[in-house]
Amino acid sequence: MPQATVTPPPLSDAQHAAIRQAVESHQSLPGALLPILHAIQDALGWVPAEAVPVIAGALNLSRAEVHGVISFYHHFHTAPTGRTVVQVCRAESCQAKGGELLEAHAKTLLGVDWHGTTADGTVTLEPVYCLGNCACSPAIQVGDEILGRMSCARFDAVIAGLREEVAA
Amino acid sequence: MSIRIFVPIDSGALSVGANEVAKAIAAEAAKRGIDIELVRNGSRGLYWLEPLVEVDAHAGRLAYGPVTVEDVPALFDAGFVDGGMHRLGHGLTEHIPFLAGQERLTFQRVGITAPLSLDDYLAHGGFAGLTQAITLDGAAIVKAVTDSGLRGRGGAAFPTGIKWNTVLNTAGSQKYVVCNADEGDSGTFSDRMLMEGDPFCLIEGMAIAGLAVGATQGYIYLRSEYPHAFKTLKAAIELARAAGWLGADVAGSGRAFELEVRLGAGAYICGEETAMLESLEGKRGIVRFKPPLPAIQGLFGKPTVINNVMSFAAVPLILAKGAAFYRDYGMGRSHGTLPFQLAGNLRHPGLVEKAFGITLRELLLDYGGGSASGRPIRAVQVGGPLGAFVPESQFDVPLDYETYAAMGAMIGHGGIVAFDDTADMARLARYAMEFCATESCGKCTPCRIGSTRGVEVIDRIIAGEAREANLDLLDSLCDTLLHGSLCALGGMAPYPVKSALKHFPEDFGVEPVTAE
Repeated sequence: MPQATVTPPPLSDAQHAAIRQAVESHQSLPGALLPILHAIQDALGWVPAEAVPVIAGALNLSRAEVHGVISFYHHFHTAPTGRTVVQVCRAESCQAKGGELLEAHAKTLLGVDWHGTTADGTVTLEPVYCLGNCACSPAIQVGDEILGRMSCARFDAVIAGLREEVAA
Repeated sequence: MSIRIFVPIDSGALSVGANEVAKAIAAEAAKRGIDIELVRNGSRGLYWLEPLVEVDAHAGRLAYGPVTVEDVPALFDAGFVDGGMHRLGHGLTEHIPFLAGQERLTFQRVGITAPLSLDDYLAHGGFAGLTQAITLDGAAIVKAVTDSGLRGRGGAAFPTGIKWNTVLNTAGSQKYVVCNADEGDSGTFSDRMLMEGDPFCLIEGMAIAGLAVGATQGYIYLRSEYPHAFKTLKAAIELARAAGWLGADVAGSGRAFELEVRLGAGAYICGEETAMLESLEGKRGIVRFKPPLPAIQGLFGKPTVINNVMSFAAVPLILAKGAAFYRDYGMGRSHGTLPFQLAGNLRHPGLVEKAFGITLRELLLDYGGGSASGRPIRAVQVGGPLGAFVPESQFDVPLDYETYAAMGAMIGHGGIVAFDDTADMARLARYAMEFCATESCGKCTPCRIGSTRGVEVIDRIIAGEAREANLDLLDSLCDTLLHGSLCALGGMAPYPVKSALKHFPEDFGVEPVTAE
């Protein structure tokens, strides 16, 4: 899993509260760990290390078990990401439609490799292995939004749009 | 009366601007004082025409597409709300050859109805299967599914009825029904389309399974890459529960069935059924040893029915129309229909539901319209990232589970990804190993280590380094993966590699063998 090169700042009271809230509202579910982790990431954008002992205590698991689960799944971020996560599909259908060119273009434009965050903190670039939008390849996901028939030019426009949002 | 205009809410259509088009149509209609009712339907599966706007005319629904926001004023100028001619017009949707030639059973409603309208669902035959099922005992429901010849549509093609029968006959204080909606195979999207376009169909199929085996709790394990399907399913479950189709008393049967959607977290391996169970239990998605079979000791150690979305979604129709109706489609031991998903370098990518027995050539040319680039189609990967690459010489082999297995390929979940003659098959073979290394759960050595070694060996072959020796090594490594892996991820990763090497040796710097 990608790790930040800098240590994240200590959590605010609101972030601690969000973690407790996520744990308390899901801990009674059978197999509660993934729903809790999703709730934390939905609230904070990542799963901080401080959440591990809280979850472990509530679910009667060892901290190692909780950490093991977090690190197993590609979806969970263990450090803050850029403002928007941009996922570029690397799977076969997108490859057949020029996806490799788009991957290279994305890396060059953003100046980062996979899992990297741009210097201005706007975008984190992630690979993804199929978005299920194979009939509109190549596909990317920007935040929660899936975009199809992506070209390098359209990708530039998407990123410019994200940067304008930050500037505004 | 207002004119009904359909703009899909399927995430594929949204990915190419369907929301913007819907807004533009509503605004333009308001500006011109035209009374329209905007319906957000599922996708018809004609993705090259998305966003595909349909107008409900007297004779049927007329198709216009692909529509952009800029096209909207011109469509109104052309009077498209009354079926006016426009360059984007395709006539009656049902008559578009791509759709007209299909045999849509599982997808009978997808694209036609509004996904979250119970009225639409009921008006188009929905809940007829469940209504029939509540008049039967568990064994009779299982018999209908067995007699239909339905086999697991997730890829393994195991007879669904036999699996259900095992759960039915296994005692348990609690039993579960789990839907594997972790549609991780690249090139596949039929589960997503159905969950977004006709979610009640999946709910109905799972409820029938619950009644059949005596399970009172169901889970849909959905991949996290499907945010739209997640919202749609959650909303549909609430609606179905409120209307009495789920809950403590399913459709007045006195029997209970509850349903919940759970999100995965971006792990391909969780599409393997035992890894999925681990994940649902809140653990790392590590593959379990079999036996015990999940049907006997599954979720939380209880007897569990696990099926793919497409398998459950086929069940309502089987109950409603009878096992024979479904069984009569198909060929050999592959009964019924399969929703094939055409993707990659094709002019007309999309969803084609046809009975087994259709050939790849028909799918690629008659439906797919040939390559998008206009160049010859060189290779087709059938059945996801672990499926074999099929060369043109095998395009006329009928798509049937046994026939495909006999030629060292598999139909899997029905994903079909076409590549034109610019594809570098050695790179694709390398990608298959790289993918396996990224997604391996790490439990068994052949998959965990073998995949990484596979990437390295292929790199050496591509670089021309001791090619003969490395080819032998790759062959032996593939054998180890094939026979020594715990599950299909390691066990099938050699399929794309070996097929690429066999059919396209020149891409690896190897002289092709002229006679096989």
